[in-house]
Amino acid sequence: MRTRSQPLANQLSRRSMLGGAVSILMLPLSAGMAAATPESMAAAMDEALGKSASIKEGRVKIELPQLAENGNSVPLKIAVESAMSAADHVKTIYVFSERNPVSNVVRFHLGPRSGVARVQTSIRLAATQRITAVAMMSDGSLWSGGADVIVTQAACLDDT
Amino acid sequence: MPATRIVVPAKAAKGEVIEIKTLINHVMETGFRRDTVGSAIARDIITRFSCTYAGEEVFRMDLFTGVAANPFVAFTTIATETGDLVFEWTDQHGTVTREQTRLTVT
Repeated sequence: MRTRSQPLANQLSRRSMLGGAVSILMLPLSAGMAAATPESMAAAMDEALGKSASIKEGRVKIELPQLAENGNSVPLKIAVESAMSAADHVKTIYVFSERNPVSNVVRFHLGPRSGVARVQTSIRLAATQRITAVAMMSDGSLWSGGADVIVTQAACLDDT
Repeated sequence: MPATRIVVPAKAAKGEVIEIKTLINHVMETGFRRDTVGSAIARDIITRFSCTYAGEEVFRMDLFTGVAANPFVAFTTIATETGDLVFEWTDQHGTVTREQTRLTVT
């Protein structure tokens, strides 16, 4: 019995030590990310779009890589279904992040002279998260779309 | 003045939707980073980019710290008449970088 319980005890202590080491490693990271939460994104959306604005899902398509190896520059494509006529067009596309230190990422202002509602840029991602784009139409309606992206190396926020 | 790169077709047919791509060399410093001795590096970003076509604004973009360094953007406009496309990048201090290119519409 003793010989059998000995390796188990060893294993346990080794595991708890590993766990301890991991939590120590995680500590500065989680402290640095404290400011970024889905709640702060909701607050940023309220500020930009008006409190408790009714946002319907659809019409907005976001293209992001499923896996971003480097969060410092991630290609982002957005397309919105719209006639882009004088009477019916996309006015503004808002991009929000739920894990970046600043929830507002970028905004695009379009109009009937755009022809199509299609834009591209490169953004920073501080962590694995869902990116949300909201399009404000000329009639005032709001439509949204999102994309999940896994970030293996976050955009540098600390000492580098 | 920071270097810029602009890709616009030289010629377009009237009514055609053309794609415009621009890039400006800029650090887009977030203000969240620290240098080697631990002091914060001040935020320094471009906050606004706009494109006018024959004097009328056809595209505008508001930038925050979440836009990657050397901001790149691709957008579209309908070729309406031969005229100048004027691109303006404004940084947080109000400094404007301006470039222009001519689009010939046939």
